[in-house]
Amino acid sequence: MTTLEIRDLHVSVETDTGAKEILRGVDLTINSGETHAIMGPNGSGKSTLAYAIAGHPKYTVTGGTITLDGEDVLEMAVDERAKAGLFLAMQYPVEVPGVTVSNFLRTAKTSIDGEAPKLRTWVKDMKGAMEALRMDSHFAERNVNEGFSGGEKKRHEILQMELLQPQIAVLDETDSGLDVDALKVVAEGVNRVKENTGLGVMLITHYTRILRYIQPDHVHVFVAGKVAESGGPELANRLEDEGYDRYVQAAAV
Amino acid sequence: MTLLTDKPRDHVDPQSTVGAAPEESRAARLTSFEVSDFPVPNGREEEWRFTPVDRLGGVFADEGDDDREGDYAADYDVSGVMDVIAQTALAPGQAPRGTVLVPGDRGAVVASKHTTEALHLKLEAEKEYAEPLRVNVHGNGAGRLSSAHYVVEAGHHSKALLILDHTGSADHRGNLEVIVGDGAELTVVSLQRWDDDAVHLGQHDAQVGRDATYKHIAVSLGGSIVRVNANVNYQGPGGDATLLGVYFADAGQHLEHRSFVDHNEPHTNSLVTYKGALQGDGAHTVWVGDVLIRKEAEGIDTYELNRNLVLTDGARADSVPNLEIETGEIAGAGHASSTGRFDDEQLFYLMSRGIDETNARRLVVRGFFADIIAKIGVPEVVDTLMAAIEEELAADMGASA
Repeated sequence: MTTLEIRDLHVSVETDTGAKEILRGVDLTINSGETHAIMGPNGSGKSTLAYAIAGHPKYTVTGGTITLDGEDVLEMAVDERAKAGLFLAMQYPVEVPGVTVSNFLRTAKTSIDGEAPKLRTWVKDMKGAMEALRMDSHFAERNVNEGFSGGEKKRHEILQMELLQPQIAVLDETDSGLDVDALKVVAEGVNRVKENTGLGVMLITHYTRILRYIQPDHVHVFVAGKVAESGGPELANRLEDEGYDRYVQAAAV
Repeated sequence: MTLLTDKPRDHVDPQSTVGAAPEESRAARLTSFEVSDFPVPNGREEEWRFTPVDRLGGVFADEGDDDREGDYAADYDVSGVMDVIAQTALAPGQAPRGTVLVPGDRGAVVASKHTTEALHLKLEAEKEYAEPLRVNVHGNGAGRLSSAHYVVEAGHHSKALLILDHTGSADHRGNLEVIVGDGAELTVVSLQRWDDDAVHLGQHDAQVGRDATYKHIAVSLGGSIVRVNANVNYQGPGGDATLLGVYFADAGQHLEHRSFVDHNEPHTNSLVTYKGALQGDGAHTVWVGDVLIRKEAEGIDTYELNRNLVLTDGARADSVPNLEIETGEIAGAGHASSTGRFDDEQLFYLMSRGIDETNARRLVVRGFFADIIAKIGVPEVVDTLMAAIEEELAADMGASA
C-alpha cells in the first residue's frame, strides 16, 4: 500500500514579468488502487501539478509538501522520484533522435530496478505489452517519439507505465488527441496495469469521455490552482452537464 | 528532393569578412605548388577566417621537418600497407603525385614542398583487399614540424579500406592524394586522435573515376587545432562520393572540417554529412561545405548536411554550406545545417523514467551520432569512435554536473 500525499502545495513558474503563482494550496491524497480524476478548465494548473510531482525544473515549489509513504518527494531528483515509484505519462512526450524505443525501455527498466532485466523474460514482457496495446513490433526499433502520431505517443507512454510498474501514475491529458478507438486501447492498458499491480492513478483530464472507460473512485474539480470541490463519480456527470462555469465564476469573485 | 538555391553570404559574420574579397566561384580559388603564392595567413582571408591562426605557431613555416638524430618528428608505421607500397617513393612533381592534389592553401603547399618522398600506395586492379590497410602516424613532440604526403592509387574495380591514424603530438601538415580508378570502391578513414597539444592541417583530395565509389571519413577527437579539408572531383560519369565527418570538441579545442565537391562530370553523386558535439569553454568547431555543380554536370545528385550539438555554455559551432549551381538539369541538390543546444526537455523526459543524468546525457549524445555511425559502416572505426565518445562524455560529467 502506497500513499502519495500532497499538502498545501504552492508552485510558481518564472515568466518574463517575474514569478507567477500557478498552484495555490493543493491538497490531495492518492492511495494504491485508487483512481482520482482531476478535472478542470484550461489554465487551471492541472499540468503544473503533474510536472511539479515529477520534478520538472521549470516549476518552483514555494510552499507545501509532497510525500510518498512519508518520504519527501521534493527532496528527490527527477530520476529518484521515478525510482521511488512515481510515473508521469506526459501530454507532450519528447522526441529523442537516434535512441530506439527498445533501448530506451531497457535502459529505463534497468535504472528503475537497479539491475538489467533478464533478457528472455524482458523480450517476452515487452512483446506482450506491445501486443496488448495494439502496437506493431517494428515500433520497438523506431526512435523514441520521432514521427509518432498522437495516438502512438500516448500508447508509448502507457507501454512505459506497464513495463516500469510504478506505484502511483499521473496521466496528464492522456486522452487528448485520441480518437475513440485509440482511447479505448489506452484505457484498457491503464485498467490492466491497475488490476495487475494495484496502481494508484491521478488522471488529469479536461473532458469526461475517458472516464467512461476508466472508472474514477474520486473526482476533483481543479480551478485556479487548487481543488475547488471533491466528490465521487457523480461529480463528473454533473460537470458533463454543467461545465466549469460555476467554479470559474466562483473563483473569480 | 528539393532544390535549394544558396545564398552563401547569409551565414557570414560581418566582422569576419573584413579584408576578404568575395570569390567569383569556388572553382576560381587559387591552387599552386609555389609557396610564395600562399603568404602566411593572418586570419582575415575568407578561408582562414574561422581558424585561430595566431595559435598555429610554426606549422606554416617554409621549413623541413624537425627530425633529429635517431628521433624523427613523427614516426610512420607502414606495416599495414607493406603489400601495396610501390617500389619508389614519389618526389614532388613525379606523377601521379601532383595530378590530383595541387595545394590550395599555405599548409598544403609547405607540406607538398617539404615532403620529398611521398608514400605511394598502389592497389591492384580488380583486387579486393579483405584486411584494412593502415598507416599509423605518431607525432613525437608538440611543436615539432612534420610533413607528409600520401598518394593512393586504387586500380580499376579494386576494393579497399585505408585507415590513417594520427596519434601523439606534432605540428603536422599532411596531404593525401587519392585516385579512385574506374569502378573501384575505396574508403579512406582519417582518425585524428592526437594529444591535446597537437596541430594538424590536412588537405585530402580525391578524383573519383567512372562508376567508382569513394568514401572519406574524418574522425576528429584530439588535437589542439585540427583542420582537415576533404575535396573531391570526378574523372567520369557515374562516380559516387560520400564525405563523412564526426567530431567532438572539448574546452579550448578547435576542430575544423571543410569539404569541396566539384561536380565536373554528369550523373555523379555526392553525399556530405558531418556531425559534431561540443563541450567546455572555448570549444570551437567549423564546418564549411562547398558544392559546385558545373554546367556540364547534368543529372547529378548532391546533398550536404551538418549538425552540431552544443552540450555546454561557452562553446561555438560555425556551419557554412555553400551550393553553387551552374546547370538546372540536375536530379537533386540540397543542404541542411543546424546547431542546437542540449535539450533539457529530453533530459527531463529520460530522467522521469528513472535514468540518471549521466546516462540520460549519454543516451542523447549517442543518439545524436547514431545515424552517421550507421553510415560509417566500418566496425573497427565505429568501435574506436564509440569508445572515444564515451570517454569524452565521462570527462564531461564531472564538469557539467
